[in-house]
Amino acid sequence: AMEGGPSARIREGDCAVLKRDEVFKAVSVLRRRKIIFEKQWFYLDNAIGHIYGTTFEVTSGGNLQPKQEVEETTTETKEAGTDNRNIVDDGKSQKLTHDDIKALKDKGIKGQEIVQQLIENSTTFRDKTEFAQDKYIKKKKKKYEAVITIVKPSTRILSTMYYAREPGKINHLRYDTLAQMLTLGNIHAGNKMIVMETCAGLVLGAVMERMGGYGSIIQMYPGGGPVRAATSCFGFPKPFFDNLHEFPLSKVQSLLSGTFTTETLPADPEENALVEEESNGLAEEKQTSLQETEEEPTTEAAMEINPAEEQDTMDINAEDVEFKENKEKENKENVREKQIKQWERRKKLMEAAALLREKNADGLIVASKFHPTPLLLSLLEFVAPSRPFVVYCQYKEPLLECYTKLRERGGVINLKLSETWLRNYQVLPDRSHPKLTMSGGGGYLLSGITVVLEKGKSDSSNSEALKVEEPSSKRCKLQDLPC
Amino acid sequence: MSFIEYGDTIKDGDTAIVFLGHESMFPVKVQHGTVTQTKYGVIRHSTDLIGKKYGSKVTCSKGGWVFILHPTPELWTMNLPHRTQILYSTDISIITMMLELKPGSIVCESGTGSGSLSHALIRTVAPTGHLYTVEFHQQRAEKAREEFREHGVEHLVTVTNQDVCKNGFGVSNIADAVFLDIPSPWEAIGHAKSALKAEGGRICSFSPCIEQVQRTCLAMEEYGFTEINTLEILLRVYNVRTISLQIPDLGKAAEDNSSTGFDSSNPSHQGSPCTNLQQGTVQFKSGVPLREVVGHTGYLTFATKS
Repeated sequence: AMEGGPSARIREGDCAVLKRDEVFKAVSVLRRRKIIFEKQWFYLDNAIGHIYGTTFEVTSGGNLQPKQEVEETTTETKEAGTDNRNIVDDGKSQKLTHDDIKALKDKGIKGQEIVQQLIENSTTFRDKTEFAQDKYIKKKKKKYEAVITIVKPSTRILSTMYYAREPGKINHLRYDTLAQMLTLGNIHAGNKMIVMETCAGLVLGAVMERMGGYGSIIQMYPGGGPVRAATSCFGFPKPFFDNLHEFPLSKVQSLLSGTFTTETLPADPEENALVEEESNGLAEEKQTSLQETEEEPTTEAAMEINPAEEQDTMDINAEDVEFKENKEKENKENVREKQIKQWERRKKLMEAAALLREKNADGLIVASKFHPTPLLLSLLEFVAPSRPFVVYCQYKEPLLECYTKLRERGGVINLKLSETWLRNYQVLPDRSHPKLTMSGGGGYLLSGITVVLEKGKSDSSNSEALKVEEPSSKRCKLQDLPC
Repeated sequence: MSFIEYGDTIKDGDTAIVFLGHESMFPVKVQHGTVTQTKYGVIRHSTDLIGKKYGSKVTCSKGGWVFILHPTPELWTMNLPHRTQILYSTDISIITMMLELKPGSIVCESGTGSGSLSHALIRTVAPTGHLYTVEFHQQRAEKAREEFREHGVEHLVTVTNQDVCKNGFGVSNIADAVFLDIPSPWEAIGHAKSALKAEGGRICSFSPCIEQVQRTCLAMEEYGFTEINTLEILLRVYNVRTISLQIPDLGKAAEDNSSTGFDSSNPSHQGSPCTNLQQGTVQFKSGVPLREVVGHTGYLTFATKS
C-alpha cells in the first residue's frame, strides 16, 4: 500500500507504458535501448527521473524531451463555411507535396508548425465548417505532432492495452469484463484466492493489485509452470510475491483424492536436462532420499539432513587428481544447486498443497482457454462456503454446460450467466454521439456463491426445486438425454 | 464478519444475508433472542444462526429452508434499503477499475446517497485507505454513518454533511480518486481538482443525461483534466434453459416411406441439437436473454488530473 505519497517517478528497470491517444505499449525502461512506438524511434534515457504521466516529444536525435505546455494557439478560424455542398474531393486541395512535408520534417520543424503549414496550403480549409476544420486539425495533429505520455501500469492501463494489442493472449477478455470479475469476486485485501488463468498473468496481476499485498493467492497452472509475463508489468513490490503460490493442475486430482505426492513433479525441462547431464549417481541417491522424506508434510527436519549427506559424499572424492577434482567439484556444485532448487520447488509445492487442503479459500477466479466445467467442478472443492466464484469464457456455450453441471453438483447458489455491453462516446459541444466503432463482444461470465455442500441432496432451495427449468410443458430430465 | 473481512461463523451483531432462492434475499441483523419471519417459517437467531457456519442451510419452522450468507458489498447493493436511486455492481465494477482503486487508496465521493457505492469503495481501499463521502441531505448522511458503524467499517470512512459544490470534500491534495454522482457535477469539478493529489489523480462523474455530461466534460477540460473519456456499460443476463423445438411435418415425398428433411434420430457431436426421446422435437441448451433488461443507468466520464 504505497498510495497517497508523492507521485511515482520513472526509474530504470521499471515496466512503463507508452501512451499516444488511445494506443498503449508496455516497455522496459532501459538505457540506450531503442524503442519503436507509433512509427517513431527513440531512447527512454531522458525520461528516467520524471514523474509518471509526463508527456514527451521525440527530438530529431531520438531523445525524449518533456513537452512544454503551449497555449493552444487558436488558429484563426474566423473564416469557415456552412456545409460541404461545394467542396469537391479531388485529392488536389493540399498544395504541399509528400516531399515538401518531408523536407519540413527533416529541417526539424515542429509538428505544430507543420500542421499550420498544411492549413495554410489547403485550398478547401476555409470552406470547411468549423466542426470540419476542428476535425481536420485534430487529424493532422495526430499525425504530425508526435507526443508520447509515459504512464504507470495499472489494471486499467494493462487490460486496455492487452485487449487492443494482443487479445489472443488473454482469450479476448475485454477490460470491463475483467472489472466485473474483480468486483463480483469480492477481491480485496486479506482474501485467500485461487486463481486459474491463461491470460499471460494479466488476471493474476489484477487480483494482486486489488489485494494490495495482503492475503494469499494460489495460482493453478497447466503444464510446466505459470505464465506471468503481464504480472511483472504491474511493478508490484517484492513483498507482494511472498504470499503468491502456485500449484499444477496435473496434481489436482491426486490432491482431491488424497493421493498427492511430490514424486512426479511437473519438471522444469531445463533443470531436468542439466541434472541428467551432470548427474554421476549422486543425484539419483539424493532423489530417492528426497522422495522418501517428502511424503509427509512435516518433513522440515528430514530435509535438513540432505545437505549434510551431500557434504560427506563430496569430501570422499577429495583424493582425485586436482584438475579432475576441480571439474568434479564444479559438477557437484551445479548438481547441488539444481538439487537445492528442486528442493525449494518441492517445498513450495507442499506449502501450496497444504493451503489448498484446508478447503477454505475465499474465492475462485477462472479465466482460461480450457473448458471451464472440469476446472470449476474440481477447484470449487477448495473454496469455503458462502464465497463468490467467477468463471470467464470467451464463448457462451461452455458456460451453459458448466451451469448445468453445477446445478447437478449442488453447493452453489445465485448462479448468473452474463456479459457486459460497453460503449464509448465522443462528447463535444453539438457533436456528442457514441463512437463509431465498438467491440462486438468481451466474453461471458458465470458467477455464483458457494454454500455448504450436502452430498446426495440437491440444495436448490424450496422454490427452485419446484421451479421448472424451462417454460415448455415438454420437460425432459437431464439424466435421460443422450447428449 | 465484516464487510471488509471474511468470518466463518455467524456472530451476534453480524449483518447476514438470508437467501430464499432465485433472486430472493434480504439482510438481517443477527441478535440473541430475536426471530425473523420468512415465508418458510420462523428463524430463531439464537438457535438457528449464532454459531452456525456462513453458507449453512437453515430449516425454518414451516419446514422450508434458506441459506445464510456472509455479507459482501455486492449482496448489500442488491438488498440495501433505498433512500435514493443507487448504483449497481455493473457500474461499480468499471468505476473501481477505471479509478485504479486498491488497498490504501484515498477516495472522495459525493453524494453518499444510500451507500451502495460507498460500501464497495470501502471494501476496495481497506485496510489502509479511506473514503471521504459528502452528502448534502442531513438524514441520509446520518443514516450512512449509522450503517457504516453497524457494518464495522466506520474507521475507514468519514461522512460529511455539506454541499460539495459549495464547500468541496473537506480535504486537499490527497485523494487518489474522486467520484461524483450529483445533479450538477460541473459545479464540483474545481473542488474535485483541489481534493485530488498533485499528479495522476483520477476523476469519475456519473450522469443520466447527456446534457449533464457535455457540461461536465467542458468543465473538466477547462480545469486542465486530460484523458477525458465517456462510456456506458450495461449488463446482459442470460437464463440457462433447455429448449425443445418441434420439427414441422413437411409430409412425405410420393412413394417415399423414409422420413424427409431433418434427421431427428441422430444424436450428433457435442454442441449441436440433441434429440428428445419424444418424437418430432429437438432439444438444446440455450442462454436466453431476459424479456426486459436495464437499458440505461448513466454515462460515466473519466479523466486524469495532470
